[in-house]
Amino acid sequence: MALWKNGSFTTDSWRAIAEGEDPPPAGHVILPLEWWLQERDAFANSNAPIGVRIEPGAPIESYLDDLPRFSLVALAFPKFGDGRAFSTAALLRERYGFTGEIRAVGDILIDQIQMMERCGFDSFDISDATTERLLRTRGAPAYSKFYQPTIGTAGDSEASSGSRPWARKKA
Amino acid sequence: MYRYDEFDAGFVNDRVAAFADQVARRLSGDMTEDQFKPHRLMNGLYLQLHAYMLRVAVPYGTLSARQMRKLAFIARRYDKGYGHFTTRQNIQYNWPALADTPAILEELASVEMHAIQTSGNCIRNVTADHFAGAAADELDDPRPYAEILRQWSSIHPEFSFLPRKFKIAVNGATRDRAAIQTHDIGYQIVRNGEGEIGFAVYVGGGQGRTPMIAKKIRDFLKIEDLLAYTQAIVRIYNLEGRRDNKYKARIKILVHEKGLDWMRQAVEAEFVSASRDYIALPDSEIARIKAYFAPPDLSARASSQKFAARRMSDPRFAGFVTTNVATHKVDGYGIVTISLKPIGGIPGDATAEQMEIVAALAERYSHDEIRVSHEQNLVLPHVALDDLPVVYDELLASGLATANAGLISDIIACPGMDYCSLATARSIPVAQRISERFGDGPRARDIGALKIKISGCINACGHHHVGHIGILGLERKGVETYQITLGGTGDETCSMGTLTGPGFSSEEVVDAIERIVDAYMELRSEPGEDFLMAFRRLGMQPFKEALYETSKGADI
Repeated sequence: MALWKNGSFTTDSWRAIAEGEDPPPAGHVILPLEWWLQERDAFANSNAPIGVRIEPGAPIESYLDDLPRFSLVALAFPKFGDGRAFSTAALLRERYGFTGEIRAVGDILIDQIQMMERCGFDSFDISDATTERLLRTRGAPAYSKFYQPTIGTAGDSEASSGSRPWARKKA
Repeated sequence: MYRYDEFDAGFVNDRVAAFADQVARRLSGDMTEDQFKPHRLMNGLYLQLHAYMLRVAVPYGTLSARQMRKLAFIARRYDKGYGHFTTRQNIQYNWPALADTPAILEELASVEMHAIQTSGNCIRNVTADHFAGAAADELDDPRPYAEILRQWSSIHPEFSFLPRKFKIAVNGATRDRAAIQTHDIGYQIVRNGEGEIGFAVYVGGGQGRTPMIAKKIRDFLKIEDLLAYTQAIVRIYNLEGRRDNKYKARIKILVHEKGLDWMRQAVEAEFVSASRDYIALPDSEIARIKAYFAPPDLSARASSQKFAARRMSDPRFAGFVTTNVATHKVDGYGIVTISLKPIGGIPGDATAEQMEIVAALAERYSHDEIRVSHEQNLVLPHVALDDLPVVYDELLASGLATANAGLISDIIACPGMDYCSLATARSIPVAQRISERFGDGPRARDIGALKIKISGCINACGHHHVGHIGILGLERKGVETYQITLGGTGDETCSMGTLTGPGFSSEEVVDAIERIVDAYMELRSEPGEDFLMAFRRLGMQPFKEALYETSKGADI
């Protein structure tokens, strides 16, 4: 496992907590959503940064009220072809104004990283050996022309191309 | 037609360069076939029964002569001298070498073409009426909207890993020649009570193993909301569509299982809440894209004496005009269908030479425009009637004047077991034999409009569900068996065909079709009552009796 963020591998300050494990009191833990929903009262008086791990298919409504409490939302990709979390990230950013970290966790292809960034993801927990090797040797593909607006801050450096509002270009 | 600007060209070139790099890594062994697969599928490269197959996008079926010549060049240089036009208005090359594919994509890019999103679980090539911009019954040209959808859906960051493939069709005429009700989304251009142009929106149509007719989810959508509404539908589908079973993953199953009301509510809620930033279409942009599709400068031609004289003197020419020339919106012009269904030939195949001849004819006589129809034919959309005799003669000399557009030998067939790794039976040989049985002469003309569609497996790429007569090839105990359905159609009166009963062997199936056709000829009220009309009036029973040679009341 290696954390890819802002174009390079970096140390992960977060720790993923497995079901049943006791979270350390200092925070910076990523809890399974189910765990959080059952135990959230235990965090009522704590300001420790909390992250949750969300499996695809979990309705946003089930954790929407807690969103301001989360510093990080980890969206799981059980298979690279399961693209639900692309839309979840887009909704968290665009509709619900989530400004914390959105992390992709699971089966991630190297070519998905820029697409994920453009949907609002900002960190990638890489478990696939090939993806990690390619990222270390070649970096993530960085296309500069797009036919869709970017959701979230990754789009701040993009400008429209000509008169087409939907076409965007990296500045 | 649409022309790439620097941005569009750069977009495609960047993708071609990336693919060239991926192919090099695959060839050097740096990438396994498994790792390479998602990359090649992004670029329309399939691994088929015998070889790689490259599917090239022909956006909404529109081509210039220059593009057609390039397709011919690729067929000759990198394939076996021919290409196969598909039911999605695309072209497939069946024998490219992997090492050549980057060069092919570069050649395509040089004429503003690509193979992006011709496979994979993404939004596929957007299709449209092949008579767009020329048809007399057209309200508005669908192609500018298809082009906007093409751009917006290209490598969409959110929608490249959908539950399953996603097909959008746009129709702008009264007759639905784009089969929009068999698509994931169908946009029908309509005029509302205020005289404003917009779209009626259909969702959840499809064929495959669970055929469904699309349901109307909205009566009227403003043009400016085209992308926002499409985004809403696809987002709901991406989040809610089934992913547990690939055969239940298309949006038609979601709409069917959750119901149209649920779908409408979900889509409308999403549509209302979503940001319109950058995807609301400004009038100025719509106008700018529409300008690319401005009709050629055709002034009405009153008399067409050359045309009339030839029609009087040459019955074969007259027959061709009756079947293959449709009414143009401008007097004195016609829309010419070039049948790729020569009698006994392979539906949709064209040789490099034929492509070049069509390109030359388009340049000289059709304002540089060619269309690919979802019925696997080519179209010259703007031909002056006075030029028809010379166009016909050239087509005749090249084996392209088969006068069977819309007739019984104008058969849609999937590649079947001759090429496809999914197929359970052969389709092409059955199409060839039916075509030989009925031909394109007086008998075929007497039978009239009759669409036969053949699929070589349950995935229904040959659109058998919407054939007036549909044929589905299956494998039963190691033997090819052909089931027959009747009464399907993909047009504005969309209906799915009904199974007649037990299937037929490859040897029997052509005779079986003939029995159905003979029954129709006997039963029709008048020659103007075509097969579908007769079937709708009479129902299955008389056809079933003829097919299984039973009499009324007998136990089947």
